[in-house]
Amino acid sequence: MPDTATKTGTLPAEFADLEKFSDWCLATEPERYGKRLNSTMAQMQEFYDAGMARIDEAMDYLDQFPLKAMPEDAKALMHLMQSLVTVSFPIECWKQPRVPDSGAAWLTITKEPVV
Amino acid sequence: MNYSDSIDPAHYAKEQEAIFKHSWLNVGRVERLPKKGSYFTKEIAVAKASIIVVKGKDGVVRAFHNICRHRGNKLVWNDFPNEEVQGTCRQFTCKYHAWRFSTEGELTFVQQEEEFFDLDKDKFGLKPVRCEIWEGFIFVNFDDKAEPLNDYLGPMAKGLEGYPFHEMSEVYSYKAEINSNWKLFIDAFAEFYHAPVLHVNQATREEAEKLQSYGFEALHYALHGPHSVVSSWGGMSPPKDLNMVKPIERKLHSGLFGPWDRPDIEGLDPLPPGVNPGGAKQWGVDSYVFFPNFMLLIWAPGWYLTYHYWPTSVSSHTFEASLYFVPPKTARDRLGQELAAVTFKEYALQDANTLEATQTMISSGYVTEFPLNDQEILLRHLHKTARDKIKEYENA
Repeated sequence: MPDTATKTGTLPAEFADLEKFSDWCLATEPERYGKRLNSTMAQMQEFYDAGMARIDEAMDYLDQFPLKAMPEDAKALMHLMQSLVTVSFPIECWKQPRVPDSGAAWLTITKEPVV
Repeated sequence: MNYSDSIDPAHYAKEQEAIFKHSWLNVGRVERLPKKGSYFTKEIAVAKASIIVVKGKDGVVRAFHNICRHRGNKLVWNDFPNEEVQGTCRQFTCKYHAWRFSTEGELTFVQQEEEFFDLDKDKFGLKPVRCEIWEGFIFVNFDDKAEPLNDYLGPMAKGLEGYPFHEMSEVYSYKAEINSNWKLFIDAFAEFYHAPVLHVNQATREEAEKLQSYGFEALHYALHGPHSVVSSWGGMSPPKDLNMVKPIERKLHSGLFGPWDRPDIEGLDPLPPGVNPGGAKQWGVDSYVFFPNFMLLIWAPGWYLTYHYWPTSVSSHTFEASLYFVPPKTARDRLGQELAAVTFKEYALQDANTLEATQTMISSGYVTEFPLNDQEILLRHLHKTARDKIKEYENA
């Protein structure tokens, strides 16, 4: 009997290599920023390296769909790319998850366009 | 400069009366009220006010004090009376005894009306607050005798008319509680030459070193009555050389100055005469200070940013920032805007944290005189204007 319970990933099949980072498929800014603060630099570096290697193909893939009517797997890929933007600062600038010299300062997002 | 105006509670009390109860205050954009019956509330602690801003059945935007005319309960709120709310409704109903008011402010229903004996409902409509609109920006004023909004905003605003603000409806808004006097945060954003120092690690190392070696100079400064503007160049949008920017910016064609590609809308070329007032070729951004607490930044690549500083005490305020873009058509456009928004937050966190340190030190009182350079003219102007308004009010 064929195995009907084939496991499908969160992401489009073309991006199965990024599936192991699918816990970064987060729809909102507080979730993405929170995960950044709770991640190690090593975890983010691995995600950043893998994501940056595929970002051009990811944008080509996503641009096939209207922004407001993406299939679920494309939406997950979009959220993953948004997280990539979030981790780019620790990796490219700060060498730490937090913004340096930001101390107790906290900025809450009160309105955002969620894909 | 002397910062007694930012640490003395008695001075703050004067600002509350002389400035915030008599100046035009921006409370947001008309796009927040898309339909008839759309409303939002705004807590304006510095004027001891809570207001309702609502679009009536006639399409007119009005503002009212958020208080029921029966027993003084706050009229519009959910769960927590001090939290701002928004929505759409046909009428406002008081939670206390169900008095009802139309979206135009008339009292329409009184519970057990006959027991009030000939109550004249016309006399108990919601108490209006002056409300006028400039280019889609909604302003209120608690002074019924204040000059009209357009006169108050003057020629600086006139020069911006026609900018396609209404096309830029993709909004990211942020809020922060800041432990500093409201003027200090305006000071931080009213000059640009701190950027290569405070935000040194945000640029590539070569760029930061280059900037610090020759010093940053903005392009243009102007004072217009109580208001002012400073323009800066913006070589990063797009950069002359891709090596000047970070890898993610190279991928997404975006950064601090916004997405590099101009959106395809009317009104950006030519720009209204007040935008890029110095006419500089290398123009990147204009930063307009509308006294007292509203800033508008127009960026060369076709988007804008607003800042509001709502005082809550002499040494604290609520900071609000909103980024406005043309709605993206593609995922690529959307990610470019995402990068601009994320970059904004990284910068703002650094700026915000610096302020608390400033407030604490100037409050210590050990040092009372501080030299300002020429690029800091907007700061001097803000503090001087605020003091002058108090004098004017006291002499009137």
